[in-house]
Amino acid sequence: MTTYAIKRVLQMIPTLIGVSVLVFIMIHSIPGDPARLIAGYDATEQDVQLMRERLGLDQPLIYQYTHYVGNLLKGDLGDSLRSERPVLHEIMIRFPTTIKLTLMAIGFMVVIGLLAGIFSATKPNSRRDNGFMMLSLFGISMPVFWLGLMLILLFSYYFKLLPSGGSDHFSQFILPSFAVGLSSSAILARLTRSSLLEVIHQDFIRTARAKGVKERVVILKHALKNALIPIITIVGLEFGHLLGGAVLTETVFSMNGLGRFIIQSIEYRDYPAVQGTVLFCAAIFVVVNLIVDLCYSLVDPRVKYE
Amino acid sequence: MSRTTAPAATPFESNVSGVAASRSPWRLMARRFRRNKRAMVGLWMVAALILLASTAQWIAPYDPYQQNMEVMLEGPNLAHPFGTDEFGRDILSRILYGTQISLMVGTVGVLISLVFGVFLGTVSGYFGGWLDSIIMRFIDIFMAFPSFLLALAIVSVLGPGMINVMIAIGIFSVPTFARISRGAVIGIKNKEFVEAAKAMGGSHLLIIFKHIIPNSIAPVIVLSTLRIATAILTAAGLSFLGMGAQPPTPEWGAMLSTGRGYLRVAPHVSTIPGLAIMFMVLAFNMLGDGLRDALDPKMKL
Repeated sequence: MTTYAIKRVLQMIPTLIGVSVLVFIMIHSIPGDPARLIAGYDATEQDVQLMRERLGLDQPLIYQYTHYVGNLLKGDLGDSLRSERPVLHEIMIRFPTTIKLTLMAIGFMVVIGLLAGIFSATKPNSRRDNGFMMLSLFGISMPVFWLGLMLILLFSYYFKLLPSGGSDHFSQFILPSFAVGLSSSAILARLTRSSLLEVIHQDFIRTARAKGVKERVVILKHALKNALIPIITIVGLEFGHLLGGAVLTETVFSMNGLGRFIIQSIEYRDYPAVQGTVLFCAAIFVVVNLIVDLCYSLVDPRVKYE
Repeated sequence: MSRTTAPAATPFESNVSGVAASRSPWRLMARRFRRNKRAMVGLWMVAALILLASTAQWIAPYDPYQQNMEVMLEGPNLAHPFGTDEFGRDILSRILYGTQISLMVGTVGVLISLVFGVFLGTVSGYFGGWLDSIIMRFIDIFMAFPSFLLALAIVSVLGPGMINVMIAIGIFSVPTFARISRGAVIGIKNKEFVEAAKAMGGSHLLIIFKHIIPNSIAPVIVLSTLRIATAILTAAGLSFLGMGAQPPTPEWGAMLSTGRGYLRVAPHVSTIPGLAIMFMVLAFNMLGDGLRDALDPKMKL
């Protein structure tokens, strides 16, 4: 297990290097000249040239990249062109909002998704099952930003129960995390249903039922435990989906998180900020998937790492 | 290998005409598909959307760009069944024209990823070895990005606009297509009929195009349908953020975004485009689900 963990951590390194190269290339092919943008359109050519030198944009790309990676290893993501503060600092101010949003969304997703999946799988092809599965199809097909707007309309404007935006108070997180969590819960519900159905027809379930174990225990303790692997996998994958969804939700709910920061940085062509934030999100996603991988053996002792 | 053409009862069958073995598996599939109520509803919904999109210019009651300040932000009424927007433009007409845009973005985006993804996946799975390792490491890097963020990053590089959205969506689905088709190719590349074709002196190109691709395409067809749904959602999301279609294009995501400002006074301006997006995405999801269940219910997609 430890060797496997170390191996997986080492395997992460080339992926992360690849991610950094890709982001670097992408950002540097953005049309438009950031130096001119920052210097202002009425700046003289000399000022623009000075700005270019200050930003290191006059150096060859390969030098810029090695310089960038060197700083990266020191934990330096460069300075934001907009605020002139370190990008890492800007990220860290906003990261708590995004991670809170994502974790709460995962909470909603797991509770709603698991329950709906279990309810469906315990009575397959019944009216209840069909109803839940139809609902989850709607959930998958719903644009998350639209759901967010509808929740604002309903709970903030009509019922005046919850705030429609901001990210300072706990109550401001309820609607946005519910919006993102609900659309992901639909995927989880479908997956829980199918993996439970696969398990439920196996012999050990029949044995448990024959022994007179209560149905609730059979499902929760025997069946669900054995159906957890695909469920955990999807929770890990959905984490990335939620991080992406945060861009939309934070915009809808005017939350001061990483997602909105990316949008603002793109609009300003603040490329160190875009580069840093995208890289940061990708790194988190990679780490989460690693954790998910390592969780398999905790959930299912039959899983052997080689 | 006998080449048989399945009866073109459903659109997807014509795609696979000339597939190997007997015709019966595809017939069985068509029967299973027709028995699946949800799938048939999805098929009819997609057909209806295609019909609406292709006839939009004749059936739309108004010009989608025609402004009329006298009827600004009117709720649904007889003259304007879906109401009007902040410039007094008829929302029904804009939705109808928007059908064309969304269908186009979805299909073109997926077509791009289908071509590149199947190419990479087939080459990777068929040849294996170092080529496979390189391609898959490359795919892994793309998979390391949260998908919407990847699309957003690509569009931010290319600049806003519908063509760029299609390219971004095309790129962001390539890894999924590559993985699925690689898996399918690995599953069949050691089968007897491929070995027989090799023994008969068939070139790699011939084997890939005549045997490997036709026999590994089933999961790709299902994935394409489901991915059209994702593509439409993503495109609408990008337009919502102002990175996709630019005003006054009647794109659903962009329409929804402008409606945000009038949510309190005229909620229909953003509600209706959202419902339209959901309807179209639902149609493709239902069709894709049905295809999967008909082709192979155990398929992991």
